[in-house]
Amino acid sequence: MEAILGFITDNLQLIYLIILMVFVGIELISHVPSVLHTPLMSGANAIHGVVIIGSIIVMGQAHDTLSLILGFLAVVLGTLNVVGGFVVTDRMLEMFKKKK
Amino acid sequence: MQQHILQVIYLIGSVTFIGGLKYLGNPATARKGNLIAAFGMIISIFGTIFLYTNHDGEHLGNLAFIFGGLLVGTIVGWMAAKKVQMTAMPEMVSLFNGMGGACAMLISVIEFHHLTNGITGVAELPTGEMITIIIGMVIGSVSFAGSIIAWGKLSGRVKDKSFSFQQYMNIGLLLVILFFAYQTVFVSSEEFAETFYLVLALSLIYGVLFVLPIGGADMPVVISLLNSFTGVAAACGGFLYDNKVMLVGGILVGSAGTLLTIVMCKAMNRSLLNVLIGNFGGGNTSATGGGSTIVGTIKEVKAPDAAILMKYAKKVVIVPGYGLAVAQAQHVVHELETLLESEGVEVKYAIHPVAGRMPGHMNVLLAESNVSYDKLVEMEEINPEFNTTDVVLVVGANDVVNPAAKTDPSSPIYGMPILEVENAQNVIVNKRSMKAGYAGIENELFYRPKTSMLFGDAKKALTELVNEIKNLG
Repeated sequence: MEAILGFITDNLQLIYLIILMVFVGIELISHVPSVLHTPLMSGANAIHGVVIIGSIIVMGQAHDTLSLILGFLAVVLGTLNVVGGFVVTDRMLEMFKKKK
Repeated sequence: MQQHILQVIYLIGSVTFIGGLKYLGNPATARKGNLIAAFGMIISIFGTIFLYTNHDGEHLGNLAFIFGGLLVGTIVGWMAAKKVQMTAMPEMVSLFNGMGGACAMLISVIEFHHLTNGITGVAELPTGEMITIIIGMVIGSVSFAGSIIAWGKLSGRVKDKSFSFQQYMNIGLLLVILFFAYQTVFVSSEEFAETFYLVLALSLIYGVLFVLPIGGADMPVVISLLNSFTGVAAACGGFLYDNKVMLVGGILVGSAGTLLTIVMCKAMNRSLLNVLIGNFGGGNTSATGGGSTIVGTIKEVKAPDAAILMKYAKKVVIVPGYGLAVAQAQHVVHELETLLESEGVEVKYAIHPVAGRMPGHMNVLLAESNVSYDKLVEMEEINPEFNTTDVVLVVGANDVVNPAAKTDPSSPIYGMPILEVENAQNVIVNKRSMKAGYAGIENELFYRPKTSMLFGDAKKALTELVNEIKNLG
């Protein structure tokens, strides 16, 4: 129990940030026309590709072979998520462009 | 100094994510929003590679591996995203989502491996970090395994499978995962590494079992939910590294994705719980299409007759569905629309919120063939208009026009709002065959006296229709 409480107070700033972001996320999505649900889901999909930063940090500090292999895999998968996500979203949105 | 620059970069990155997501919510700015977020992502990635230092002030090593990984991922991701057909977009999103989940899972595994190196007892492990690692791993693995199954189902590689008591088994499995996760973190034992990997394996199995029984029309909801899962898993990584941009990006997607999931559920008039433990599209009940059997005969119509009917109509409403996407008929349908308009017919499209395999799927598809926005009318607005409509042309849609959703309480889609096409003067349904829709249920609309069936592949049938209308002069 003490460990958990200590953990919370140690990371209070981050916890505040989390709570605020939950509300920001909800606020951003409400009142979006259903036309945009698919691109929005795809865009959000690309944004959570930010997990790649974690994989880069892990990779940059890896020393043993196992960590290197798994880290490399993680970087590749994370990049796939980011690049694929943004490109697919852009392709979808390209079709929404105004008529000539 | 470098650390401060990196923090500022992360700050900018976070702001681009929030702004990008905001812009994505408006048709006029959506594309810009996507690019803004992509920009934020790129500076965050390169900032991390060159400026990040650990507690000892050391820069990141293994740069060759990092750039190698980035290069491979970029090439493969770019090609896959550029090559994919518009119809296959939903499964592609699911697949990329799974990659993100797997990435989060691997980070947790490596961190655990790193953290436990040379440690014999769980008491030596920092509890807070262990909790974060294990949460990130469980959610990441569930998201990974679930997304892969969702991808397989959408692309027809994996069939719906369910057996009785599946939901109880899933709940049980979830409890077992929680138990072993608790064991790993809090209970001192020699085998904490074994239990950790047991949790990993069980989470992967759970991800598979969680998505496997969820059928048909509910897949978009599941993908959206898994999307927000991956967001939370990414945020766990942010917590672990005290990395604000990961935290902001992850939580934003987590909360926005959850809300989007709920909005989609509402569009189908079902609760999230119902989607997750219900047996929609799977199991035995839905296969028979509720309790009632449908009596009546089917009336078939050929293209020339359908052409006459449509040409001399005042108002035609087109209801597109997944069949349109499969047949790649979006351009032909636009041609039909302009042709009819030139004959003085008022043409509109009725877009059901869950038509296709994803919300907005039809909008994206029709936008591709330059159908203008204001022709796409949402369900609530178009439903009162069916009374004054002469001809409704249903192209490859089924469940979203099934009157059983309103009238038959035993139907698995009972309660879902539908497009009330049966109020129109004539309904022409284009389908390849009499096969049931994605929800696996019969549609009594096809047996109604006002309905006539125009069999054939959507693209071929519509092309024929266009030619016939032209022939009529």
